[in-house]
Amino acid sequence: MLIYFLRRVALTIPTFVALMFLTFVAIRLVPGDPVEVRVGEHGMSPERLAFFRHELGLDQSVWKQFLDYAWKLVHGDFGVSLATQQKVLTEFLTLFPATLELSFFAMLFAICIGVPAGAIAAVKRGGFFDQALMTISLFGYSMPIFWWGLLLIMFFGVTLGWTPVSGRIDLIKYYFDQPTGFMVIDAALSDQPGAVVDALRHLILPSIVLGTVPLGVIARMTRSSMLEVLSEDYVRTARAKGLSPLRVIGLHALRNALLPVVTVIGLSISGLMAGAVLTETIFSWPGVGKWLIESIGRRDYPALQGGVLLVSAAVITVNLIVDLLYGAINPRIRHGR
Amino acid sequence: MAADVALALPADESVRILAQPTPLAAFWATFRENRGAVFGLTVVGAVILVALAAGVIAPHSPIEQFRDAVRAPPVWNPGGTWRFPLGTDGDGHDMLSRLMFGARVSLFIGVAVMSVSFVIGVALGLVCAFAGSIVDVVITRLMDLIMAVPSLVLAILVVAVLGPSLANTIVAVTIVYLPRYVRLVRASALGELTRDYVTAAKVAGVGPIRLMLSTVLPNCLAPLIVQAALGVSDAILEAAGLGFLGLGAQPPTPEWGSMLADSREFIRSDPWIVAFPGLAILITVVAINLTGDGLRDALDPKMRRS
Repeated sequence: MLIYFLRRVALTIPTFVALMFLTFVAIRLVPGDPVEVRVGEHGMSPERLAFFRHELGLDQSVWKQFLDYAWKLVHGDFGVSLATQQKVLTEFLTLFPATLELSFFAMLFAICIGVPAGAIAAVKRGGFFDQALMTISLFGYSMPIFWWGLLLIMFFGVTLGWTPVSGRIDLIKYYFDQPTGFMVIDAALSDQPGAVVDALRHLILPSIVLGTVPLGVIARMTRSSMLEVLSEDYVRTARAKGLSPLRVIGLHALRNALLPVVTVIGLSISGLMAGAVLTETIFSWPGVGKWLIESIGRRDYPALQGGVLLVSAAVITVNLIVDLLYGAINPRIRHGR
Repeated sequence: MAADVALALPADESVRILAQPTPLAAFWATFRENRGAVFGLTVVGAVILVALAAGVIAPHSPIEQFRDAVRAPPVWNPGGTWRFPLGTDGDGHDMLSRLMFGARVSLFIGVAVMSVSFVIGVALGLVCAFAGSIVDVVITRLMDLIMAVPSLVLAILVVAVLGPSLANTIVAVTIVYLPRYVRLVRASALGELTRDYVTAAKVAGVGPIRLMLSTVLPNCLAPLIVQAALGVSDAILEAAGLGFLGLGAQPPTPEWGSMLADSREFIRSDPWIVAFPGLAILITVVAINLTGDGLRDALDPKMRRS
């Protein structure tokens, strides 16, 4: 068990090194003078240029530069944002909880609807519900979510006025400290009446938008995995010994059908981060996705470099955790490799 | 036995009985059974036709601005005219014409990304499977890295470095989708390499290039074709997302995603400017996905979903 854990952790180290290399190379490929790209000034005097060239270590050999870069990263120095003059790591850590919170609720939405719907579709295979669900799921994972978001804003936010359409909470009504960065938790801690409900209301539309593609994928996966399990002998045995259909499906079949679904959920984390970029932009959600897009607009290359690195590192780490959990749940994976 | 039957029948009749259906005919017979797939293929065909004929059937130029008819409503709304069947956008562009020319842009992006990543992916995948050892490890690790970075984040990085344009969108999306092809080809080629027919070919003295391309590759094609079909729709969605963020095709190029980017301010007043471009993306992507599912069922019985 320990050996599996260690081997799996060791396997991610080359990925991290490659990631450092990728971001290191990327900023060097930006057209223009490398010093001006990093300092964010144009038309600097030769003296100033030379000063910064030395300051940034650009007069060193490329390999020395890369090692310096890697050394700084390992020590938590991800550079300084040109726009805010803040440390990139600090900015990231302030914004990341917002993205995590949104992703969590999006996944919750996708799982809570996708798994039962897929299971019912499998049980009632070929029926009206099955066909309707498969059509909806096809539309779900084909959806341009930025458009879907605009439609929902148009309908529920503007025409019906049921939900707020931007931000995480009504800043005029509620103001409180954010020790955790997770708005729902902070609202609960603040003891301000109605704050939690308001935070949740702000989460509804963005979560639906971000959860739509995973919902389509999860519903489909649950259905096909469930169909496979339902034809297994142990399900027939369970039926034969007179268990109620609900017990057979819920307890015996669904539990076994969920393993591949868990795999799919693990695989969709990376896609969730990609979707978060679009969702956060549409709903003015102050997370890392919106921050990356704004950094491009401001030509804030250090922030972009550090941001891409941190977002990717977060995804790699989450994937690693998911993998390790699998190993813990499913012995076949642990010993198979 | 077969020979006896053949002798007893007229020559052309025996040919008909003994001949296997051609692979294409067999494929079509299975594909045709899937109503959804046939519907999808029909819609894809229609979109392709519109894209090809856009220059002829579009009522206006996609980049001509009608200053006298800015944000004109579609024909069925009060105040709508047949001059602009789907209305005009905030700059006075005719929506219908832009959508038609947009089909050209989107399909071009989809097909370009698919072809480039297909060719490079097949090459890298085969090299991985055949070369093994260090080459395999390096390429596989690199692909793992690309997979680990969220697709749109990687595309954003590429566009940030290269600058936003249609060509760079294609480069960015190709890089994002390359690993899928490499992994697929590598896995199926490695599977095929253990088969007897490959050993037989090697013993018969087939050279490595020929072994790769004409012995092994054709047997890996089925899942690859399915991946390629679905890859077109993914590429269209990804490129539209970049366009929406202002990082894809630049105005006045009639790209569906970038058309939506400019539309946000009209959510309240002129919803059609928001509705149509997204609908065009959705219909195209759904149709391609339906076709891809049909291809999978027909080509790859192992992958057939229940």
